[in-house]
Parts: sequence; structure tokens; C-alpha cells
Amino acid sequence: MKERIFSQDHLLGIEQLSVDDIETILETAEAFIEVSSREVKKVPALKGKTVVNLFFENSTRTRSSFEIAAKRLSADLINFNSSISSLKKGEALKDTVLTLEAMNPHIIVIRHSASGSPHYLTTFARSSIINAGDGFHEHPTQALLDALTIQQRLKTLRGLKIAIIGDILHSRVARSNIILHQKMGNEIALIGPPSLVPREFEKMGASVYYDIRSGVKAADVVMMLRVQEERGARNYFPSIREYRNRFAINREIFALAKKSAILMHPGPINRDVEIETSMADSEQSVILQQVTNGIAVRMAVLYLLKGEIHETLN
Amino acid sequence: MDEKIKAKIMDDKKMKRTFLRLAMEILERNREEENLVLIGIQTRGVHVARRIQQLIKELESIEIPLGILDITMFRDDLHKHEQQPAVKKTRIDFSIEDRDIILIDDVVFTGRTIRAAMDSIFELGRPASLQLAAFIDRGHREMPICPDFKGKYLPTSRRERVKVMLQEIDGQDQVLIMEPKGF
Amino acid sequence: MKLLIKSGRLIDPAGAVDQVMDILIENGKFKEIAKSIKKVSGCSVIDAKELIVAPGFIDMHTHLREPGQENKESIASGSQAAARGGFTSIACMANTEPVNDNRSVTEFIIARARQVGLVNIFPIAAVSKGQLGENLVEMADLVEGGAVAFSDDGHCVMKADLIRKALEYAKMLDVPIIEHPEDHSISAEGQVNEGFISYKYGLRGILKAAEEVIVARDLILQERIRSRLHLTHISTAGSVELIRNARKMKTPVSADATPHHLLLNEELILSYNPVYKVKPPLRTEADRLELIRGLQDGTIDCIASDHAPHTRDDKDKEFEFAPFGVIGMETSFSVVYDRLVRSKLLTLNRLVELFSTNPARVLGLKNRGRVKPGYPADLTMLNLKKRFKIEEKDFRSKANNCPFLGWEGQGAIEHTIVSGNVVYSRKNRV
Repeated sequence: MKERIFSQDHLLGIEQLSVDDIETILETAEAFIEVSSREVKKVPALKGKTVVNLFFENSTRTRSSFEIAAKRLSADLINFNSSISSLKKGEALKDTVLTLEAMNPHIIVIRHSASGSPHYLTTFARSSIINAGDGFHEHPTQALLDALTIQQRLKTLRGLKIAIIGDILHSRVARSNIILHQKMGNEIALIGPPSLVPREFEKMGASVYYDIRSGVKAADVVMMLRVQEERGARNYFPSIREYRNRFAINREIFALAKKSAILMHPGPINRDVEIETSMADSEQSVILQQVTNGIAVRMAVLYLLKGEIHETLN
Repeated sequence: MDEKIKAKIMDDKKMKRTFLRLAMEILERNREEENLVLIGIQTRGVHVARRIQQLIKELESIEIPLGILDITMFRDDLHKHEQQPAVKKTRIDFSIEDRDIILIDDVVFTGRTIRAAMDSIFELGRPASLQLAAFIDRGHREMPICPDFKGKYLPTSRRERVKVMLQEIDGQDQVLIMEPKGF
Repeated sequence: MKLLIKSGRLIDPAGAVDQVMDILIENGKFKEIAKSIKKVSGCSVIDAKELIVAPGFIDMHTHLREPGQENKESIASGSQAAARGGFTSIACMANTEPVNDNRSVTEFIIARARQVGLVNIFPIAAVSKGQLGENLVEMADLVEGGAVAFSDDGHCVMKADLIRKALEYAKMLDVPIIEHPEDHSISAEGQVNEGFISYKYGLRGILKAAEEVIVARDLILQERIRSRLHLTHISTAGSVELIRNARKMKTPVSADATPHHLLLNEELILSYNPVYKVKPPLRTEADRLELIRGLQDGTIDCIASDHAPHTRDDKDKEFEFAPFGVIGMETSFSVVYDRLVRSKLLTLNRLVELFSTNPARVLGLKNRGRVKPGYPADLTMLNLKKRFKIEEKDFRSKANNCPFLGWEGQGAIEHTIVSGNVVYSRKNRV
């Protein structure tokens, strides 16, 4: 039996993954979906391994998803929640991680508001690092679970048009998805106001649209991003009302996409802001399937990284 | 590791006879055939199980349910690997509660795979009985495990490998003994 | 006290000299410069055959952190670093704690520098009290106390009205105003150059325009005021173009660029290594090349290091939380010579102008930047054949936040001489 090779010590971003790596993760996740459908939702694959959830931003969803994934693989899990404000007060991230590492964990899952923090950890930590979202940079497990969902619904991950709508500039979900679909050779349409979707994103292999209709046209996947009121406060757009009128998805606009198109959202959704509420619960919406797949994808990543304690680089 | 063929043990005709005998033995020893289920171990065990399922259908006109089991997550050597082995799908679309399970693999060797399979099955429910069918038993057991049905007992040395080739995967049916090159 | 420097190739652009000369120093001053000077008794001799002898290098933009942040650097360690880097004179910025916005801080710095007694240290005082951008400091008093220029460096003087008044007042005193051009309302919480790379790597950007609008604003004001305006650490092609045009219009202005902006570009931030986090941020390759053209055509007058020491812990952080700044005094000459002169982008003569002649002129340092009898005997002696490798263990600075660590090349400082005293010698580890 040929055993698949996964080339990574860490999951820092989609950027570092090859197409083979992405496919390995998705295949493994497919296998783990079955575990979650069992009566006894547990396998001993990571028995004796310790996973640390190191979250510096509130995120009940991602944190619980990783927690359930680790537990279904029989890993021991520690939740360590802190706030950026305590970091800013001089409690160095490095000290926090070194302290946690003295307890010999195998995998550290980190969520942090500063882009590149997981990369920074790999310069001194011995554990496998999983990026659960860093600043505006990447959120690789989200893009992978999105990919799994697309594959399940559309039976392929290639030859697709992916429309991503909203605050691309501040979205790590968007970045990871753009990189993933660019690697898969898919067509990517980015839609939003110029202040949130600079033209330079075209250099990442995407097309930029300021008109939602032309962007959504003939799309296979319509991916909405969460709009944060705070951006409005900072004048990225004048008001939520104006944003909704130009960039919210509704049935009429969604009808411009392909018949088979699906509607995605990384959650939590702002009903009737970026998404018309009846759309969120429609047949085409795969929002809850995304959540379910999140567990399988995170199980796959935890399993594939396994978290041998690595020699530190320096 | 480079290997070469040491001996060809069975051809397609011999294998066909052996499959038929295995199917008949399983039916003989399990009177309540409606309570029977087959579970093939990924990857080759699944194909062996399908063959047996098909033969039983031809013999008795009944379709015995067939499940697919991947034992990777229950392996006892996961911590030893440099890279994690690939996980394949498990698909058992029926309840195994109180059923008579025939666990099927192509080759039984150390018994560790069967140990993992048993652990895995008991996570899924409590069967009435569990029996083991192996197409080839090559000895060298490290566990107290013995197949209830075996196609052929084939004493081998440890450095050798038994290769059960199947039409579905390899394009032809035959059983080979392989040995490392240079011996 | 006599010192004779024999047979070095003297390059002194201010005196239009480039030939092998002997130099006699007596009582800290140049006594005689001639083809051949006989050794007299009681006179030490430095054999400068194979060496370049240049008027002492001047780093017009450094941060010495004293008073207040002596854990990062001090006047003593900064002086050591300067001497090792070939700088006989340095000017230090005002963003200390407390801010150098009054005569007592200026005088303290000068007194400490004298105690240390290695290189000449010229304090630059703040433009505004507390560098808060509201009220002018007592400029005349500060000049009397020894301040040579005024700058809110670290911050831009955001109020156009304040920079206007500073320029007008400074004109009366005949001292330069050094602007750190950055519109803070544009740069805000930016971390790196804004563009494709900042977008892709999810870091807040600093538009080039943040610098250029201030450069343009100051040049427009200066067109009428005609004071002494110096724009420091210029980083964009647009700024170079604005300054070039202003010069054509005969607007008095001078500018400097740093070795890191001349030799590095924004792509280095892909590693999220905070050692590359500087303000202004590393820009694009096109900007970098335009800065070099600015050095070539005279648009940019000086190279200054913006030596900004931080502790190891300060920089060992998430990129976003790490402070801006790199150190540079100990590496400026070597990296610039190796990468720009050896590759024929600049002449050696131009390099001496950028490192000595022009900074002396811009800061108005009397009798420096030139080798002439009667002037203070500050010399920088260069060994162009010597290979270098930049290693942390050699640093005399307290800090190690140097983006050139590991670089190798050719061209080293051989001796640094301040007022006739050898304050650094490569071989003797003075």
C-alpha cells in the first residue's frame, strides 16, 4: 500500500500548500466525515497527543470546531484564551508559548490579530503550528472546509468561477480562498467597494468588480464575507445601508449565477446586511454544511500534522 | 524497497476455486444467513469481500450487506511513522448491532490489522459474533488471532511479502511471493 | 601630539583632491597636507599605503536613546558604534525621554558626549515642545546650547502652519529644519508599504503618498520662505521627483536616504521578520532604483543611517507589535561601498560627498567635511580590499536589529580618527 506523504510540518497558510497537499487534506477529511456520523464519534488516532488552542481573539466557532476535532481524534486539549490587550501590556507572546511548551504539547492552534504571528511562532516553538486565523492574512482551515463543501456539492474543485463579495481587504478568509482557488486554476471574481477591494488584488490572479451583477454572473460559487460595522466607522464605506444596497446578495442577484450555484458564508452571518435572510436558509445555501465540514477538515489537519515535536530552527 | 517475484503460488483458476470454497464455508457455518454481514478491510480486503458477496449471491440468491472498514486510525504504530499514513473511507451503511460479522482481508500476517479492525468495529456497535476470513494466512502471528476461514495457508519467511493481485486493482488474478532484490 | 599619515590616497571632494598625500596632524588639527612630509621626532606614523583617506564621515541621522532608553543604546555605546562605522561626527535625534526640546537636555547630551570622548556628537533638538506638533521650542536658546538642527523625527510636523513658522524662525538662526515626511492621517497604523504585498500578506499599508504629500507641502512652503529645509529618509520615487523639480526651480532643499532604503525592498517582509520593519517602510524595487538615481544626479545629498536601536525583546515579537527601526552606523559604509560603488553605480568620490562633504554642509558644521590645515583632524580611512561579513558578535551597538546581518562583501573601515586621535582601528580593536 502506498502511503500518502503530507509535506508540511505546520499549517501556516494555503500559500505553503501544494495542490497535492490540498487534495490529501480533502481526501482525509472525506474519510473523517464518517467518524462524525457514528454513534460513538471518536477514534484513537491522536491518543496521547496534546493540542493547545491558543486564541487571542474571541472566536467560539473556530475554537469549538478545533476542540471537537481534537477530541474526536482522542487528543487531549487545552484551551488557552487570552486577549491582545494583555499582550500589549507586555506579556510577550513568546513567553506565553514557551510556558505552554514546557508542558510538551504536540500541536498549537493559534488565532491572533497580528498577521504573521503563526510564522513567528515557528521561529522558536517546537510544536506543529496551525494557523486558525492571523490578522488580515490567512485562515487556511476555513478555505479548506469551503473547498470540501464545494467539492461535495459541485463534484469538482476545478473549472469553477468563484465570486467573493465584501471586505476583501480585511478578510483572511478571502485571502486563503483566493490563494486556494488560484492554485486550483479557478476563475476568481472579487466584488466590493474600491476601498475594500483594491485593484492590486488582480495580481493574485483574480478579477475585481465594483458592480455585483457583473461579478456574480455565471458564478458557480458565491461566497459572502461578513461586513463589520467598524469598517463603516472608519470610512471604508459611508453606511451599512449604502453597503447593503450595492453589495448585499438577494434572490434577484443570485439568479445571475449558474443554476447549480451555491451560496457560502464563513459565519457568523449578518442577516439582512450582507445577505437577505431568506437566502441564508435557502436550498442553495451551504452555510451549515460548511460548519459540519469544518470539523472533518480540522480533524484531517490535526491528523496529518500529528505534531511530532520538531527540532527548533535556530 | 525493490522487490522481485520469488514464486507464483496461485493463478486465476486456483483463486476462483478458493473464493468459491470460502463462500461455501461461510454459508455452511452460518445458518442464519439473513443475519450475516461482510466487512472488508481497506483496500484489498474490500475487493475480496465483494467477490465473496457476489459468489454468495450466485449460490443462494441473497445479497449479504457489505461494509468497508478503514483501520488506519486504530493502528498501533501511528506514533512511529515519520508521515501519517493515508486515511481511507469507512462506509458501513447498516447497523452491526447483534449481527454476525465476517471480517475479511486479503492476507493475515502479524494480526495487528485485525486487532485494529476489531477495536474499530466495537466502536460502531456490539455484534452477535465476529469471524475472520483471510484469503492467505502467511503465519508469523504476533496476536492471539486465528482466521475462521482461510483460502490458503502459506508459510513464508518474514522478509518476503505475499501479494494477492486482483482483477479490480491489478488487472489480473494471481498470488505471488515477493522477496527483496539482492537475495 | 603629532600624527603623520603617510602615502594614503586622499579623497576630499570639497577641496577637489584625489591623490596620494601625506597628512600631518598636530594638536588635533590638520597641520600640513603635502605630497611628502618628513617624519619628525615624537611623531607617530600611520602607513596608509593601499588605504583611502577621507574627511571624517558624518551620520546626520541617528538615535542614541540617551537620556531615557539606555537599555536600547547609550551615548557611550552609540559613540563606539559610530567609531567602528567610520563616523567621526554624528547628529542625534530629539525623541529621547525626556524629549530634547530644551537647552538642559541638549547640554546634557553634549556633556555626556565629551565624557565619552570618542566621536563628535551634535544634538538635533525637537521642532515642537514634546514633539507634540503644537508649540515651537525655544530655538534660539537651543542653538546657543549647541543644537545644530531641529526635527520632530519619529513624527512629522503635521500642522502646515507650524512647519511654516519653524522654517521662518530657523531662517533667522540659519539652522536647518529636518522633516520626517509622513502624513500620519494616511499612514495611520500602517506597517509596510501599501500595495500588492501589503494586501497579499494582510499587513496594514503605508501609502507612498503619505510621504509625498508632506514633501510636496514642505517644498511649496519653502519656495517662498527659502529657509534651510532638509528632508530625511526619503523612500519613494515620487519624493525624488518632487525634490528634483524643486531644485530645478532653485528652491533650497536637501535630502538624505538610508542604506536600507537604497539596498532593500518590500519583498523582505514576506518572512514577517520584524527586523525589516522600518519607517518609512521598505518600498518597491522601482523606488529603490530611483533613490539610487537621486544619489547619482545630486537630488539626494547625503546617506544617513537612521540608526534606531531596539532591544532584542522589543523586536522579538509579532510583526505588528514590534517597533519600527533598524541600526546602521556600523554597516553603512561597507554595504553602500560594496553594493553601490563596487557595482559602479556611484563613484568613490561621490560616496565621500554623501558621507562627509554634504552632511557637513547641510548641518552647517564649521570646518568639517574637509581636509584643510587648521580644521579639526577628523579622518576616515578605508580599506577597499578587505572583505567583510556582518555579524552580530562584532557590534558595538547594544542592539542587533540590523537588516544586513550575514551580508558579505568588500570594503571596510580601517581607522577612524577624531581630532587627531585614533578612536577605531580594525586590526588593533581600539
